[in-house]
Amino acid sequence: MQFTDILIFMLGALIIGAVSNRSARRWLMLIASVVAVYWLQPTLPIRRLDFWLPTATLVLTVLVWAATHPPDTDAPLDQRETLVAGGIIGGTVLLLALTRFVEPLSVLTASRPPQTYQIGIVLVVSAGLALACLRNRQRWLPAGFGLLLFAVLVVLKLPAAAEAASRVLHALNGQPTAGASPLDLGWLGISYIAFRLLHTILDRWYGRLPALSLGDFVIYVIFFPALPAGPIDRVERFAKDLTDGERLTAEQLFAGGKRVALGLFMKFVLADLLALVALDAASASQVHAAGWLWLMLYAYGFRLYFDFAGYSHLAIGIGQWMGIKLPENFDKPYLKGNLTTFWNSWHMTLAMWFRSYFFNPVSRALRVRKVPVPIIITLTQVSTMLLIGLWHGITWNYAIWGLWHGVGLFVHNRWQNATRARMRQWTENPHRKVVLDIAGVLFTFHFVILGWVWFALPDTALSVRVLLGLFGLSA
Amino acid sequence: MSGQRSTSPGFVLRLAIKALVLFVAINGLWAAATPLSTLAGWTVYNGIVEGRPRLPFGENPQEAYNFSTYQLDVMFASHEIAGAPPDADEYRVVLIGDSSVWGFLLHPEETLAGQLNSLDLTTPDGRPLRVYNLGYPTISLTKDLLILDRALEYDPDLIVWLTTLEAMPRSKQLSSPIVQNNPQALAPLIDAYDLPISLDNPAFVQPTIWDRTIVGQRRAIADVLRLNLYGFKWAATGIDQVYPDEYDLRAEDLEADESFYDLSQPLSADDLALDVLAAGVEMADVAVLIVNEPMFVSMGENSDIRYNFFYPRWAYDAYREGLAAEAAERGWHYVDLWDVVENSEYTNSAIHLTPEGEGQLAQALVPHIDALLRER
Repeated sequence: MQFTDILIFMLGALIIGAVSNRSARRWLMLIASVVAVYWLQPTLPIRRLDFWLPTATLVLTVLVWAATHPPDTDAPLDQRETLVAGGIIGGTVLLLALTRFVEPLSVLTASRPPQTYQIGIVLVVSAGLALACLRNRQRWLPAGFGLLLFAVLVVLKLPAAAEAASRVLHALNGQPTAGASPLDLGWLGISYIAFRLLHTILDRWYGRLPALSLGDFVIYVIFFPALPAGPIDRVERFAKDLTDGERLTAEQLFAGGKRVALGLFMKFVLADLLALVALDAASASQVHAAGWLWLMLYAYGFRLYFDFAGYSHLAIGIGQWMGIKLPENFDKPYLKGNLTTFWNSWHMTLAMWFRSYFFNPVSRALRVRKVPVPIIITLTQVSTMLLIGLWHGITWNYAIWGLWHGVGLFVHNRWQNATRARMRQWTENPHRKVVLDIAGVLFTFHFVILGWVWFALPDTALSVRVLLGLFGLSA
Repeated sequence: MSGQRSTSPGFVLRLAIKALVLFVAINGLWAAATPLSTLAGWTVYNGIVEGRPRLPFGENPQEAYNFSTYQLDVMFASHEIAGAPPDADEYRVVLIGDSSVWGFLLHPEETLAGQLNSLDLTTPDGRPLRVYNLGYPTISLTKDLLILDRALEYDPDLIVWLTTLEAMPRSKQLSSPIVQNNPQALAPLIDAYDLPISLDNPAFVQPTIWDRTIVGQRRAIADVLRLNLYGFKWAATGIDQVYPDEYDLRAEDLEADESFYDLSQPLSADDLALDVLAAGVEMADVAVLIVNEPMFVSMGENSDIRYNFFYPRWAYDAYREGLAAEAAERGWHYVDLWDVVENSEYTNSAIHLTPEGEGQLAQALVPHIDALLRER
């Protein structure tokens, strides 16, 4: 997201927040979020894909809503609301499509939209599919969409698959396939969108998803402040804010304003400046002195934090202006004394998602089968972190990064278990406690920082070379 | 909720007014104080990291860890000359010139300055020669003059000013962004040496009051920060330029074009900015050795009309003759090295040399520098 995008979001949020009518605020949020999906989508080399991908986002969202809506016996569908929401979504997309005829307005989309009749056909077919899903809410339907989302993520995250898909799309478009690259499929916010949709699908499966209107559901999935980088909220909490949210007050203005100011400073000053010093693939292969490598690695670690946490502050602040209290995503992670508390304070909403939908169910299943506790801990922690790594990209480096943290969490868990009594004794002395706390923070920080080497660099050989170089060794 | 005020129009208006007043006040203070020059002194170079061996210039900052800024204070603060102690036991030689002196496609140690330093030259009284590279890409005598003016603050003992005909046409003088963006630095030189340059020329970037505010100078402030931060990667890698694996060699076959800017035959001294050269020599209170830098001489198509991409033969021959005569008349230290480097030692331009070529130039210069050292 560019600075100007954020300024426009801020202005939009202030206008929406100032609207006194709650219903009007929701519709404005819906329209703004639909427009944002197209606006923020980066331009792609595959013709028109940068219009079709946001359209796919909306279609998938509507279909998942239809597939996960509780049966009418549990919660009758508000047909009027559904029609209005559907009309607003479809109408907004059509209006965006019509900007192909009005040159100055084409800035709203990444490139000139496709032919209007094509978009019309897609909207009509999607509406038909949604109606079919609503009428036939079988148990397997949400699961089917879940698998589809999973497959989409795998294709996008696995470089070889993404490149193959890019080649296919190039060919279908009559474009040369020679330059096809995994980067051609840059789908704005899909990782977050998919996880929000999967959360609703899984909650529906477990029978705990409340009935939501189409409008509220779509706003939740593509809420524009949280679209590109989270946080990943829970739909029932989000929907409550939509229902209960009040018009913007002075207190909300200032509270949100503080978060926005902090976010802007963290992202556009601290993160962007540190980017000039931070470790990257090019400089990693050019630098050999350990001191410089450490400096660049520290810069990378802090840059990542300021960039990500900055975006979260912006999303939370802008959301507050519209009465939406998005969840916190970071809580001073580099000041935590052990890896467990680090993962309770870094990208908290992602960690909570995996905890809810993978770690806890798998742990429960293994406990039921009377698997020994240390093995449960090993398997669940390592596999959870591995999946978190692969969520970023299906590459060896992300997998190793995940395993790094998984093994670290396991080792911390066993260490804590083995030394609990002794630590209790040790920390009765306040001075020793301070020393231990500081040592814990420094150790955890450096463990995390070293792990970022795998995250920052594209291949394992270079990562190994840098890790050795950090300690004055050569590969 | 209880206790919360709604956003009444009056509240919003008062808030907006206060914000506007603060905004105007802070920007006004900044415009009045113009602290950017002071900020330039807050540098990581020559302190936390070494000074750069050449002035910052870069067209690809993310790869070269270098970029172009037109703020002379910032440029010089990042250069190693700013870190040279004033009382250092060295004979300080400053090279002024264009991209060939700066060292396009050359590592710092391969440039003319690097090659001269590697020769470990000394003065007759035993002081080591230390050569500083203050060349800067873009060719203009007026640009050189601005850099020379600044260089004199670092007490050089000898100026070696490499130049070529391309730097001389009057219409070329304001083409360098360094000149365009520093009219306030050029103004006293125009006055002192009666140079025929009008500060009303639209080529100059004349800052308005808005341009002097924080908002107006945001790019300049960002440049200061960026150049400092790039210093770390520069210091860690030694990279300050992108070195392409391949590049197009200087043109061998030439156009059948006898024109040279808007000048007509015969070339006269008035057509060239020799007064700017004279101003530089007069300004420096140390010896200035003017060097007609080497250039590639084509043997290809139309080489009977042109020497190379830059020069038709008539213009260059007239220039050489005119400059030599001017130098003799004014008593300048001048050496014409136009053909000392072999044709095979030119890279992507008729004036850019290979490391071997720079070595040949260095060797050719040494006797002339030596003669000046003995003279003094």
